[in-house]
Amino acid sequence: MAEFTEALFSVFFVETLINGLLLGGVLALLSLGLNLIFGVIDVVWICYAEIIMLGMYTIFYLHVDGGLPLIVAAAGGVGVTAVLGWLTHRLVIGYLLQAPPINQLLATGGLLFFFQGLAMVAFGIEFRNLGVSLGSLALSEDIYLSWTRLLSFAIAGVVVVVLYLFLARSYLGAAIRAISQDREIMVLMGVNTKKLYLLTSAIGGGLAGLAAALLVLQYDVHPFIGLSFGPITFMVCVMGGLGNMVGGFLAAFIFSELITIGGYFAELEWGYVLAFGFFIAAMFVRPEGLFARKS
Amino acid sequence: MLTLKHVNAGYGDFQALFDVSLEVKAGEAVAVIGPNGAGKTTLMRVISGLIPAMVGEIEMEGVSVLEAQPYEIVGMGIAHVPENRRLFPRMTVEDNLRMGCFLPKFRARFEERKSVVYELFPRMLERRNQMAGTLSGGEQQMCAIGRALMSDPKILIMDEPSAGLAPVIVQQVFELIERIRGEGLTVLIVEQNVRQVLRIVDRAYVLESGSLRVEGTAEELLQSAEIQKAFMGM
Repeated sequence: MAEFTEALFSVFFVETLINGLLLGGVLALLSLGLNLIFGVIDVVWICYAEIIMLGMYTIFYLHVDGGLPLIVAAAGGVGVTAVLGWLTHRLVIGYLLQAPPINQLLATGGLLFFFQGLAMVAFGIEFRNLGVSLGSLALSEDIYLSWTRLLSFAIAGVVVVVLYLFLARSYLGAAIRAISQDREIMVLMGVNTKKLYLLTSAIGGGLAGLAAALLVLQYDVHPFIGLSFGPITFMVCVMGGLGNMVGGFLAAFIFSELITIGGYFAELEWGYVLAFGFFIAAMFVRPEGLFARKS
Repeated sequence: MLTLKHVNAGYGDFQALFDVSLEVKAGEAVAVIGPNGAGKTTLMRVISGLIPAMVGEIEMEGVSVLEAQPYEIVGMGIAHVPENRRLFPRMTVEDNLRMGCFLPKFRARFEERKSVVYELFPRMLERRNQMAGTLSGGEQQMCAIGRALMSDPKILIMDEPSAGLAPVIVQQVFELIERIRGEGLTVLIVEQNVRQVLRIVDRAYVLESGSLRVEGTAEELLQSAEIQKAFMGM
């Protein structure tokens, strides 16, 4: 017991909490695009993490082989994933809007394997490392915070604010909120719903590219990387109430703190067990998500 | 202003309108009355492009409505207050009004139109930051009409504005429509509330089983024994 209280009040626990917060920023960014697309179009993109994977490859090749500065390569990654998002809607989802949800899920699930296969054929199964390390920030002799995570957190914060202002203040943002509440009636407002869906898909894709830029700094790229953070992204979205961006944002931090705190007291893997256990328990108590709207 | 010529329309294989021809002149208020399931809502929806016409022609000031894309029709000066109001429930009153002038050519006049609507419905000004879903039925109807007025339409088409409202509120809604008429707006309204709607319009058509049966001035129809028997329980 004494050991436990000592652990609780140690500087390393503070470091853990801060790291959880920083990891939450990345998870929040991951869930943002998926939630936006679901909230507006009402279709879950099972292949979302694979679009992030393709974004990571884009950034890797632009930077390592193309020799472009990292920031330019990242912008290229965002551009490519925005186009991928646009194409996903234009070529697949757009034809399935009236189809049963299971067909939509199967189609985006099929895209997942398509993107994976494509990456395997095009890039091989080798793990590729960007070879960039931003180092860490020493807060004190004992506490180090990774610059990559700090950067991710800051960018996630900025994106949340920009997206919020866009949705709250602009005509297009208002239309994006409105279309998720009554799709059919949008025509009477003069909204071209097809165009609005394509725009939303492109924005969602672009957010995947932004997430890719931050993940490629921390992880090796390989065709199956999507599988390692896809499920967690879905769980964050579901726990926050699918389509509820604020809920997803909060859920990201609950998840990340559970992972890091679990990892602090035991092995890192136990952190995931704790987080997923909490997810399952939460689904029993509130199947519609912790922050689902009352409707 | 608005002309329908020999319009057939429906959903899939089901045809709800048969050879419907009607005209609304500038400055007029016209009602289409008829029982449930007569095709009144279908008529409204085909005018504003929510469903395509099978055959026929619809013209707004001589321009074909059917050839336009559905989302272009509000830009031609036709604003539709849909059945059951269909507000965006989780958006504020003011955001609902904002959606009413979504088209880029309307946006510059947002503030001006907003003050027109708030002057017409002072209650909406009080509730401007409230979620539309939390308004009372009568207030929701005001908000829905206000949203349609944001685009400064030439013709307002209203689908059952009295549906689902308490009798005293129905009275208020009809008074409001009369005031809107007073501003010189052209109105086409479908209603089941025959007696009240005939008091505020110039002319009316009777729609039955998808076809227009009778046409006349409101005065004539109010006096008609047949109409009284069919719709007013006399």
